[in-house]
Amino acid sequence: MSTKEKTGWIIGGVLIVLYCLAPIAWIVSLSFKAPSDLANGSFLPTTPTGENYGLILNGSASGLFLPALRNSFAICLIATFISCVLSMFAAYAIARLDFPGKKFILGTALAVAIFPVISIVTPLFNLWRNIGLYDTWPGLIIPYLSLTLPLSIWTMSAFFREIPWEMEQAAQVDGATTWQAFRKVIVPLAAPGVFTTAIIAFFIAWNDFVYGISLTSTEASRPVPAALGLFSGASQFEDPTGAIAAAAVIVTIPVVVLVLIFQRRIVAGLTNGAVKG
Amino acid sequence: MASIEMKNIVKKYGDGFPAVNDVSLDIADGEFMILVGPSGCGKSTLLRMIVGLEDITSGDMVIGGTRVNDKAPRDRNLSMVFQNYALYPHMSVYENIAFPLRLSKTPDDQVDRLVKEAADVLELHEHLDRKPANLSGGQRQRVAMGRAIVRQAEAFLFDEPLSNLDAKLRGQMRTEIARLQRRLGITTVYVTHDQTEAMTLGDRVCVLRKGSIQQVASPRELYEQPVNLFVAGFIGSPPMNFLPATVQGSTLQTPFGPIELDERRAAAVAGRDLLLVGIRPEYFEDASLVDEAKKHVGTTFTAKVDVTEWLGDQQYAYIPYEAPDQIRTRLRDLSKELDSEELRTQAIVSIDSTSRIREGREAEFWLDTRKVHVFDPETGENLTRDAEAGAELTRMAVEDREEQVAEASGGLTGDRSSGAA
Repeated sequence: MSTKEKTGWIIGGVLIVLYCLAPIAWIVSLSFKAPSDLANGSFLPTTPTGENYGLILNGSASGLFLPALRNSFAICLIATFISCVLSMFAAYAIARLDFPGKKFILGTALAVAIFPVISIVTPLFNLWRNIGLYDTWPGLIIPYLSLTLPLSIWTMSAFFREIPWEMEQAAQVDGATTWQAFRKVIVPLAAPGVFTTAIIAFFIAWNDFVYGISLTSTEASRPVPAALGLFSGASQFEDPTGAIAAAAVIVTIPVVVLVLIFQRRIVAGLTNGAVKG
Repeated sequence: MASIEMKNIVKKYGDGFPAVNDVSLDIADGEFMILVGPSGCGKSTLLRMIVGLEDITSGDMVIGGTRVNDKAPRDRNLSMVFQNYALYPHMSVYENIAFPLRLSKTPDDQVDRLVKEAADVLELHEHLDRKPANLSGGQRQRVAMGRAIVRQAEAFLFDEPLSNLDAKLRGQMRTEIARLQRRLGITTVYVTHDQTEAMTLGDRVCVLRKGSIQQVASPRELYEQPVNLFVAGFIGSPPMNFLPATVQGSTLQTPFGPIELDERRAAAVAGRDLLLVGIRPEYFEDASLVDEAKKHVGTTFTAKVDVTEWLGDQQYAYIPYEAPDQIRTRLRDLSKELDSEELRTQAIVSIDSTSRIREGREAEFWLDTRKVHVFDPETGENLTRDAEAGAELTRMAVEDREEQVAEASGGLTGDRSSGAA
């Protein structure tokens, strides 16, 4: 690559990164602004203040925000875990075994994935109220599974298909049961796929707003996105913009941390050296 | 260690196509058996049925006296080396080799001893901590073999283990496998399409064609006394030449002049019309370089040389010949079946490397007629096969093997079996 081409790529890359990060930078800057500063039109706050963070962590909004944060974490992690385990088995079966109805399962999964959430939320609301799942953790975990499972099954079965059949056959010849071959050979090899799927599933659950706002009513199960929508200003003439920005920054942090932790595991090419390339 | 017996093994796939058709084969304890044939002949399927990765449609698979048809691969106690090695990429070389032992819950100190032993045999000591991704092709191959030899398996199965290596390494690993097998004396089934491997490694070779066995014999018998056109054309490189011939008394009229047959062979072909004569390239020689004392056992003829190839230690000449359409079609079908692309009817002739025969000129050749075979062009059957001479060759090979196994059993196998209980 010539120097000219290189500079071109660098400039292009920087532009894309700036474009992507600008809204986030704006929110971070907003979260440090005092209420009087909010509409001043400048990017940087005139006097940076931690007031907004104080408000949501210790102040009047903390009663709304902190339980919501706890709910979100627990519900999303549980939903992610269940969907990963289930989709791992389902994807293995789809990738490896020949059974009638395989296409049907994949097709249904896809159909569920593209089904508009908003159209089922009202019946679900009624159903949940009748069977007592309204405003409970399982009441959110179950719909979240319906969002995450189809996608998890699709991504995971793609990963399983990449693993050479011979790996498993070799394990069986070496004396492994099907379960041992799955656990000791297939799962470690599919680990990057599992982590990728887990992150995607977590994002989907973490970002959900419609279920969160419709199927909950108290802090017993209300997730963060719904709580953010219920923030109110100090008076009814004041927008809670600063507090929302601060909360948005805080809920972004776990996602960023999650990606940074698992980034190393999501490297492609873990199967290098298994077979002749 | 055990013998492997196959009785009328059939493998049919979903569409009813028999990939393996009524194969019966006995592999003796400690024997090195090669399954060979062109692609699609069912050799790999047969191997996978032995190890249990492929269901058997009908027939009996008996290993060490027990019928194993319904046993899972892990209960058959066989070890296999896959074509693409199938190493576990997330484990170190040490753990790869130790994997079968770990599964059988062998105590750690014994695992360590056995892995070290295997690593010594295969010279893998300095690589034990590395991951398969960082190894060269030959090293990966050795790790795969380490995983196979580390436990006391009933038999070794190899599925074209060398086809992914370059030519030089392939030669090295070939001798390595031969040495290992002799040393351990374990029953081995080896699938290959490479006939050099088939000829050099095997005690006996089983030639398969479209799922059925053509001939099971020692490499020498296959080469000297093939049962049919297919085996004759498959074994040997460059391949055997097939010339059209007509019978006149005890003489065969061929494009390269008359060939006089001895009594036995003359009787075998008597009364036939159009035949195929099979002549190995090395039965030919540049007539000017043949010893006078030897000349009377063959015939001389002149032919126009199309191309010559000088390889240093030997030289090949290509001589085109005319053949009737019937023969031409038969030969084309045969070469298609053997995976080779033979475009024209020409004889490949091996001549001394010092020969000055030149391309495009008429030259005089000598042909040793003592070992030529005559085939029926329709059925492909070898009409002049001397079954007794063939059986004698195989009997000699079996004797050799028994001697080697007896020698080996005094050495390494003895202390291995005492160590691994």
